[in-house]
Amino acid sequence: MRFMLLQDYGGVESDCPPMTEWSPGDIQAHIAFQNEVNDELTARGELVDAQGLAGPEQAKFVVSDGATAPVITDGPFPESKELLAGYRLVDVESIERALEIAARTSAAPGANGVPIRQRIEVREVLSAPDPEV
Amino acid sequence: MTATTATEGLLRELAPQVLGVVVRRYGNFADAEDALQEALLAAAATWPTNGEPTNPRAWLVRVASRRMAEQFRRDEARRRRELVAASWSLTRPDRTTGQDDTLILMFMCCHPALTPGAAIPLTLRAVGGLTTREIATAFLVPEATMAQRISRAKATIKGSHEPFSLPAPDVRTQRLRSVMHVLYLLFNEGYATSSGPDLARADLSSEAIRLARAVRAALPDDAEVAGLLALMLLTDARRPARTDADGELVPLAAQDRRRWDGALIDEGTALIEETLTWGRVGEYQVQAAIAAIHDGAASDADTDWAEIQSLYGLLERMTGNPMVTLNRAVAVAMVHGPRAGLAVLDGLDDRLGDHQRLHAVRAHLLGRAGDTQAAIAEFEAAAARTTNVREQHYLIKEAARLGADDTRPSGTSDRAQP
Repeated sequence: MRFMLLQDYGGVESDCPPMTEWSPGDIQAHIAFQNEVNDELTARGELVDAQGLAGPEQAKFVVSDGATAPVITDGPFPESKELLAGYRLVDVESIERALEIAARTSAAPGANGVPIRQRIEVREVLSAPDPEV
Repeated sequence: MTATTATEGLLRELAPQVLGVVVRRYGNFADAEDALQEALLAAAATWPTNGEPTNPRAWLVRVASRRMAEQFRRDEARRRRELVAASWSLTRPDRTTGQDDTLILMFMCCHPALTPGAAIPLTLRAVGGLTTREIATAFLVPEATMAQRISRAKATIKGSHEPFSLPAPDVRTQRLRSVMHVLYLLFNEGYATSSGPDLARADLSSEAIRLARAVRAALPDDAEVAGLLALMLLTDARRPARTDADGELVPLAAQDRRRWDGALIDEGTALIEETLTWGRVGEYQVQAAIAAIHDGAASDADTDWAEIQSLYGLLERMTGNPMVTLNRAVAVAMVHGPRAGLAVLDGLDDRLGDHQRLHAVRAHLLGRAGDTQAAIAEFEAAAARTTNVREQHYLIKEAARLGADDTRPSGTSDRAQP
């Protein structure tokens, strides 16, 4: 079963300040934690992909009717907290395991090592039809 | 591509030679390249267990030729009415050397009709002898996607109806420029990597150096080819010190210079020093000269920044490239102080736009000038705009480092949330 674990810019449920206001050591610890999680998932054969996205300043919205010139909207966007910041794609045995991974990453260390309580959106990826069916 | 066994090394060495022979014999670069790929895969599957054949090159030519013959029989009915291969100079006597073939293949694969994104993988496959799977892994795309990209690139080349020979002298300089540009981008892809978590995908840089050596072997008197190779060697020499134990970016000024590769520095320095005496200075040579000054300095403070400043000035006049002006600003700041460097940046906003590197350089110079608040804001702006995750980490940490010694109102930015 494949799950997409998504995080956006606004989903921090602690009163954690923005990352640039952390101490350099806290930032290093946070990055090390994320790398460690990816290494663990790789070692267990569960990681498919993990990516952070470039900042919302670079986001563009595109709408087209297929005939006339597309409408392309540049940032900054007032709703930028809802934009996706990054994701992990994992291939696991059960939804329980996906939730376990999500919980672990939600508690990533923030300023002074306090867990940031990042909200993680867990979504199952639709799969191809079973060949037996 | 990571574990280069003796067989892999040999196969990659032979790949362009075999492809040259097969294209000469049967014409049709696109099909010949597929046949080579199959022969290489067959060799990689059997040689390690059965042992290498006595004449590996002849073995590969034979297997690839068999593939071509099968393909040809299959297509014969369809092809009979076509004048395919006529333009591929089938009967030209085989008087050329393997080096010439490598060069001709480089010219084809870096055809100006191709974008670098298409030229680079095609070069890696046809000249570098890498498999589609290896190239796909290096560029973090599915194998089928990469196979399709290569196949479309070959269709473009086929459509250009270019004969399998060296370009005419009047266009050769321009075409060589394309080749060097592709190799330079390939090197940078490995060194700086435009996307993904690995700061240096070392094997792509090594492959670029190997191919640059091959071009230099074919064109030993070309000063810019020599300059490009020297630039790669002198840049690659710093790779071991460019990341710390956690894989994070270490800027040049803070690198442990004992970890630089002395052998690469010696080779690159000797090459650029000799080339500069030829008196045909070009962009790559100037960049290599700058790299040689950095590599020869015992520390950041001991660096001959005045010389670097004047070389960037020269490069700026040669290219008119605003990114060069950005680098000159750093050198000016080292010689005349941060305010002088910042003055050089004035006016670049119009030419570079909202570029992350302009923000990053401005942040550094503002920080050195003691304008902490403005520096933090610029570091944050740079971090928000970079597409390299390691650079992003570095820039956020720089902002945090400045902020740690400074009191500022919180909540001014929501952009660097984890």
